[in-house]
Amino acid sequence: MTLNEQQDEIIEEFSVFDDWMDKYNYLIELSKDLPEIDPKYKTQQYLIEGCQSKVWLFAEMDGDTIKFYADSDAIITKGIAALLVRVLSNQKPADILNNELYFLDKIGLQQNLSPTRSNGLLAMVKQMKLYAIAYNAKMGN
Amino acid sequence: MSLDIQKIRNDFPILNQQIYNKPLVYFDNGATTQKPQVVIDEEVKIYSKENSNIHRGVHYLSEQLTKRHEDARKVVRKFINAKHDHEVIFTSGTTESINTIAFSFGEKYVNEGDEIIISTLEHHANIVPWQMLCERKKAVLKVIPINEKGELLLDEYQKLISSKTKIVAVNQVSNALGTVNDVKTIIEIAHQNKIPVLIDGAQSVQHGEVDVQDLDCDFYVFSGHKVYGPNGIGVLYGKEKWLNEMPPYMTGGEMIKKVTFEKTTFNELPFKFEAGTPNYVSAIALATAINYIQELGLENIAAYEKELLEYGTEKLESIDGLRIIGTAENKVSVISFNLDNIHHYDAGMVIDKMGIAVRTGHHCAEPLMDRFNIEGTIRASFSFYNTKEEIDKLYEAILTVKQMFS
Repeated sequence: MTLNEQQDEIIEEFSVFDDWMDKYNYLIELSKDLPEIDPKYKTQQYLIEGCQSKVWLFAEMDGDTIKFYADSDAIITKGIAALLVRVLSNQKPADILNNELYFLDKIGLQQNLSPTRSNGLLAMVKQMKLYAIAYNAKMGN
Repeated sequence: MSLDIQKIRNDFPILNQQIYNKPLVYFDNGATTQKPQVVIDEEVKIYSKENSNIHRGVHYLSEQLTKRHEDARKVVRKFINAKHDHEVIFTSGTTESINTIAFSFGEKYVNEGDEIIISTLEHHANIVPWQMLCERKKAVLKVIPINEKGELLLDEYQKLISSKTKIVAVNQVSNALGTVNDVKTIIEIAHQNKIPVLIDGAQSVQHGEVDVQDLDCDFYVFSGHKVYGPNGIGVLYGKEKWLNEMPPYMTGGEMIKKVTFEKTTFNELPFKFEAGTPNYVSAIALATAINYIQELGLENIAAYEKELLEYGTEKLESIDGLRIIGTAENKVSVISFNLDNIHHYDAGMVIDKMGIAVRTGHHCAEPLMDRFNIEGTIRASFSFYNTKEEIDKLYEAILTVKQMFS
């Protein structure tokens, strides 16, 4: 699935919720589905510190795509991290760099990425893009 | 006299609205308080009819507004019972007030090896300026410890005092926990050792009467926006003796007596510490806010808020797995708490969607959070316009949070 197809699928899934509590309950579910991050990456080195919640992020190349692994100490943050991983993982670095992330806005969670919210998610997206830049360069593009 | 809360609520237009289709419950008063209509009207009136730069013009508007600005200073003086009008300096807020003192007092009196005492309960605004001063002057920062309830250990405080101590700076009320500190004793002990004391009143002036002469503090600071006044205005009270001896912090217009390119002499108090065009609009509106709460009566406010605190504490304590951080004997209407195995951010996100405004996080008091070995708390801070019914809504919201995350 392309990056944008993933985004559209998530928008579709969230379109059935008309209540915030349903959205949050779904994020709680998603947080449980996020594959466990290897404890050896749950260290200071991979920590993206927010004022409100912490996020750990690790990435590795798998063929010509990037695989992301994430975790958070807050469940809702972890649920949103799961969405970001779902959209950006298994994509080529160039695709990560060349596509806009629009799904969070469409599902009403963009506020979670505001710089003042400082829950670690904005920094997580930045870090994911930095990984993409690095791997893209490594691949000689 | 008991307060007519419904009538009071009508004075605050912001309270009458729906958030996520639910009536707003505003429990973030520790961060900022809402403004009564009279304060909003005052600002509009000044900008619509009275605006003019003060202390400069000989024209009508300037003279009128200069007088109102100085009248505002008198209102503040009476509010905290300072001895002289010129001991009241207008600043942009508590942060600027503390920075001014840390810089000016530090320049004059603090040298290498000297010591400054603060407490574990301090907001970053009463930590970092002193840290910076210590770095500049190679001085040492000493910190009064607390007990498990979040109360200062005065015996330990006494032990920290030495012949090198130059100033003690503590808050009267902890922003994160609501602890009311026995500042009178703290000041007495310091004065026995001839050490001046700064009291950070940012979280106390809105909850009860303050008398700086009775406290005998050397400096007292607070913010306008936390006492139902406008943003961008604050107060630095200092005893005349200190303010006269201390060098100015910021320099520029208004604060000078005579300027030549060779030398500048400074204006007298309070203008020496009010460089540039003052925030006269907010200063006047702050006086309006002070008049408003004085009409309600600080004693009545304190009595009602105590009622809310007791009701809220009992209600929240009844929730299984809820732990209140900060259980001092003497508290203002602030309840900081955590829920077992639930992140404060998750709780805050859900409580928000119920239309309830609480604050989550470390409350700009990271060392205090470290002391309790926690990342942060959920803080509900009540004002006199809040009700027990609103506390019931918070109670329900917490039950929902527990259900969602268990």
